[in-house]
Amino acid sequence: MKARKIVALALAALCAVSMFAGCGKQEMTGTVTTDGSTSMEKVIGALKETFEADNEGITVTYNPTGSGSGITAVAEGRCDIGLSSRDLKDEEIAAGLTGTVLAYDGIAIIVNPENPVSDLTLKDIAKIYTGEIKNWNEVGGNDAEIVLIGREAGSGTRDGFESITKTAEKCKYRQELTSTGDVITTVAGNPAAIGYASLASVKDSVKALKVGGIAPSETTIKDGSYLVQRNFVLVTKTDSKLSDAAQKFFDYITSADASEVIKTAGAVPVK
Amino acid sequence: MMHSVFLVLGLVTVGFVLLITVYLVLSGIPAIREIGLFQFLFGKEWASTAAEPSYGIAPFILTSVYGTAGAILIGVPVGFMTAVYLAKLAPKQIKTVMESAVSLLAGIPSVVYGLVGMIVLVPAVRKLFHLPDGASLLAAIIVLAIIILPSIIKVSITALEAVPKEYEDASLALGATPVETCFRISVPAAKSGIAAAIVLGVGRAIGEAMAVMMVAGNVANMPSLFGSVRFLTTAIASEMSYSAGLQRQALFSIALVLFLFIMLINAALNFFLKRDKEG
Repeated sequence: MKARKIVALALAALCAVSMFAGCGKQEMTGTVTTDGSTSMEKVIGALKETFEADNEGITVTYNPTGSGSGITAVAEGRCDIGLSSRDLKDEEIAAGLTGTVLAYDGIAIIVNPENPVSDLTLKDIAKIYTGEIKNWNEVGGNDAEIVLIGREAGSGTRDGFESITKTAEKCKYRQELTSTGDVITTVAGNPAAIGYASLASVKDSVKALKVGGIAPSETTIKDGSYLVQRNFVLVTKTDSKLSDAAQKFFDYITSADASEVIKTAGAVPVK
Repeated sequence: MMHSVFLVLGLVTVGFVLLITVYLVLSGIPAIREIGLFQFLFGKEWASTAAEPSYGIAPFILTSVYGTAGAILIGVPVGFMTAVYLAKLAPKQIKTVMESAVSLLAGIPSVVYGLVGMIVLVPAVRKLFHLPDGASLLAAIIVLAIIILPSIIKVSITALEAVPKEYEDASLALGATPVETCFRISVPAAKSGIAAAIVLGVGRAIGEAMAVMMVAGNVANMPSLFGSVRFLTTAIASEMSYSAGLQRQALFSIALVLFLFIMLINAALNFFLKRDKEG
């Protein structure tokens, strides 16, 4: 019994030593803290996964608090990199923060393929969602009441859509669904429905509308001509250096290597 | 030795119940205090992410009550008649086939009910009633009625089969037809078991989240049969993943309200079952 205990102890000690030995090598260790936009959860989650797989000693944490809280957190030094799904305001830049665009988030406005309408202006979309325009025939479609499909309160896509169309808290939804897939299924099943979904997840079962004559695509989102989009911004302090680990993570996610990962996560990479 | 093993295993279950109860009460109370009990329970507006949030769950409570009542209204007659048929009237072969079908229905996960409801039922409701959209309280009621059928049927069958054969034989000997015997003798004798079946159905319906979330539309409106509605369960489920601060606390408070509802239903169930044993 005693002999066994000694063996176990020795093994444990060995393990502990080998752990330190691991640290002794060239590998970097540390924690990178990110904080901010809930809309960026998917993108950051995917980037964190691939980054951690390649850099074993480094842990990346993500705190989904919202863009505003993320920006405050960087300014107060509570995290390494802030995540914001809106551009920095002038006063925030003046206060010593730098924004680096990580990716673009394109939101497609989708309707049923049977719907003859294929082009709406941003204004019309806002009017439709606030209930000012109630029938498809007011925008050149069939005589049918428009059925507004949206996402649940707190969803990043909803937040993005409502902030771009300036309809926050004014949308008169008929259905609030909890996933992009549900929105697409519902719009595909109702000829009078309109919904919004991240461009990457739009399938053939629905039709993505042109907005002001511009069809959503990677190109139109990149050059800014497709209007229903916003930037995913990395926020850092202008005059203080990131920790080595955080710098490595920052360099990775803004490099061309990360663009494939960003694409799979549903956003349009800058590079 | 064996005794203490069983005791410990038994205590684990009790421990979980206590843990959940205590946790729910502790995390549910703060928001109610902050919002105000009256404002919380009877407020008609739920806008948890607005700049000036309001947390009134009256629409959810009413929707859950109406939805459950509707499901009972449809599910109980159908389930009860099926149970009477299977327990007393059906030929043996039909009974075997139908009973296994009922068991199968009980085993279908609720997300499947939701999916079928979303793809088949919601468009059907839209076309049938010429609505702009079919996701509604009605669609949720229909889905819930189907979900509670197996529990109602199975418990009712058990209750009906427990009726002593002598009662029925006596009735038949007095010249009553089998159907008369069924409704005048067997059903009254099994009535507390059938009541328990209904209560069980209520419990199942009020606690269902996934299936109704997919067919009810989930907008926090005051309930109307063809309108988009949000249940107590779906109110929690749809906002939980993104919520923070008072919003999250309020979701726990909704859970507490739901928990109290279910406790009440369980108490009713126990009452009926006890009476069944005594009677």
